[in-house]
Amino acid sequence: MKKQLFALLFALVPFTALAAAEAHLPYSMTPDLDDKASLQRGMQLYVNYCMGCHSLEHQRFARAAEDLGMPQDLVEENLIFSSDLAFNDQMRNAMAEGSAEDWFGAAPPDLTLHSRLRGTDWIYSYLLSFYKDPERPTGVNNAVFDLVAMPNVLEPLQGVQEMVCAQSDHPVGDAELDPLTGKYQSCEVLQVTEPGQMEPAEFEEAVYDLTNFLAYVGEPSKLQAQALGPKVLIFIFIFGVIAYLLKREYWRDIH
Amino acid sequence: MGNPNRVKAESGFMRWVDDRFPATQMWQDHLSKYYAPKNFNFWYFFGSLALLVLVNQILTGVWLTMSYNPTAEGAFASVEYIMRDVEYGWLIRYMHSTGASAFFVVVYLHMFRGLMYGSYKAPRELVWVFGMTIYLALMAEAFMGYLLPWGQMSYWGAQVIISLFSAIPVVGAELTQWIRGDYLISGITLNRFFALHVVALPIVILGLVVLHLIALHEVGSNNPDGIEIKDKKDEAGQPLDGIPFHPYYTVKDLFGVAVFLFVFCAVIFYFPEGGGYFIEKPNFEPSDPLKTPDHIAPVWYFTPFYAILRAVTFSLFGLDSKFWGVVLMGAAIAILFVLPWLDRSPVRSMRYKGWFSRIMLALFAISFVILGVLGVLPATGGRTLVAQICTAVYFAFFLLMPIYTRLEKTKPVPERVTG
Repeated sequence: MKKQLFALLFALVPFTALAAAEAHLPYSMTPDLDDKASLQRGMQLYVNYCMGCHSLEHQRFARAAEDLGMPQDLVEENLIFSSDLAFNDQMRNAMAEGSAEDWFGAAPPDLTLHSRLRGTDWIYSYLLSFYKDPERPTGVNNAVFDLVAMPNVLEPLQGVQEMVCAQSDHPVGDAELDPLTGKYQSCEVLQVTEPGQMEPAEFEEAVYDLTNFLAYVGEPSKLQAQALGPKVLIFIFIFGVIAYLLKREYWRDIH
Repeated sequence: MGNPNRVKAESGFMRWVDDRFPATQMWQDHLSKYYAPKNFNFWYFFGSLALLVLVNQILTGVWLTMSYNPTAEGAFASVEYIMRDVEYGWLIRYMHSTGASAFFVVVYLHMFRGLMYGSYKAPRELVWVFGMTIYLALMAEAFMGYLLPWGQMSYWGAQVIISLFSAIPVVGAELTQWIRGDYLISGITLNRFFALHVVALPIVILGLVVLHLIALHEVGSNNPDGIEIKDKKDEAGQPLDGIPFHPYYTVKDLFGVAVFLFVFCAVIFYFPEGGGYFIEKPNFEPSDPLKTPDHIAPVWYFTPFYAILRAVTFSLFGLDSKFWGVVLMGAAIAILFVLPWLDRSPVRSMRYKGWFSRIMLALFAISFVILGVLGVLPATGGRTLVAQICTAVYFAFFLLMPIYTRLEKTKPVPERVTG
């Protein structure tokens, strides 16, 4: 039996050994779908700062309201800005098709599934990695997404971030960890040089909330899966115990 | 009434049925008086589990069809509609997508069992051939199903596989166009793949499963010792080492079902993407014929054969490497069909075969896994060399089999089954 289990484990090697060899990202975050306050703040940021350009064409306001615990009237008053959109509609933007391509050179992608396509670490890192670059048409570039077409829409909150030579707690580019200080020395460190409405730590939390919301939007059924999963697994476990006892009883006289 | 030679119920409703349809006879032939060896071990769970997954795929597939929109414009959005707006649509969809991978997991383990205990050897050649045909149909079914979500990997994966046919000399280009029904993969391709995936291939697979089981029940099941239980019978003419499939193996398989479902459901509820191997990440982006993904990898269950395809890097007889890659990949699958006639060993089970057979089977299994891993990764010089070595081992297992199974010293086979 031991040998067979080993063989089975061996058969599963390709699933585990290869798990995600992704590009190095400066930040990481773990979504928390139970933190409803964070998800609500994230949605508020999304409709205020992102939805002008990026629609969520598969996500309905009503579903978000239900899942995040927000009453309909509050959502209608505070989160639905366009008169074309109703509570049961998907979160589409109001921008005419084609205009965005003319303005930015590329149409802003729909972000419903972005957290599953790129991963939440990528979104989180991307939103924190804009820096001032006067050579770009928008005045900013991004350390995670070079030559990005999107302007830093969160700049009023974050302030102006610049690329400087300094030490950083986070990995930066190819910079190696200094074993003495435990920091990374690099000339590609991003630092806020003109403060915005939020302190850097406060801003990171806001970006966390926003990314958390996009994690929810990517797979709202995760909430249902988390609620249903344990019940199903417990049922199957009990069923398995009974099946085993039944098998043992039947097989008692087989030698 | 009816065929008087059939077993019939004494009276009542079942008698009425039996006079018109051999219900009791079939129940006995295939379950309550189908004598199976009593020494089935862990490896014998996967046949019934394959049947369970097949039923799962058909049921969830039918319900997905109710909400899926097989058009280039609507396919991707309809999958998200199922995931979000259809009641329990997410569960049905994940049962189907995870079921596809689970199907190949249990089928690969089921096939490995056959290799280990010589279940393909006479008189079970047809059981094996029908089984291999199921495997072939299953690969076609899975390949066509993977196009339906119409994501980037659906599109480009299909693009890569269909373009393989273009390697065939003379007719290649015309053939690929005929398969796609268009100059590129389009809504037309999607429609025909949908028809084949939900109608044609399931019918073929179900028919083959019936043939597989009829052939199996005609000759009886093999067992880990690879000996014929029908050679030793009691006064009643029943095999001494056989037990009725029902209730003994139905209750045992029920336990196997519980263990399988526990793992299966854990994946569905907590890891439905299977780490990017069951649902690949680029598939969360709608297909775009103008944007090729950086790295196109087939789904994991095809990767061993994909690695064999890529392992061929040289031209031969004026035909390019791509053609020979396709030939070798086809041969890798075709050679499995003739396995029963390659094995010349006087014994069936690996328990009584010689060391050469054991080492070759181990090397074969390891090579298959390594090829599977390599097929996921982008090709590099070193990896291609490893793939070439593994491909050589893969074919050596089969091509040298007539020699090593005949020459090696086998162990004496027991009279009766051991534990």
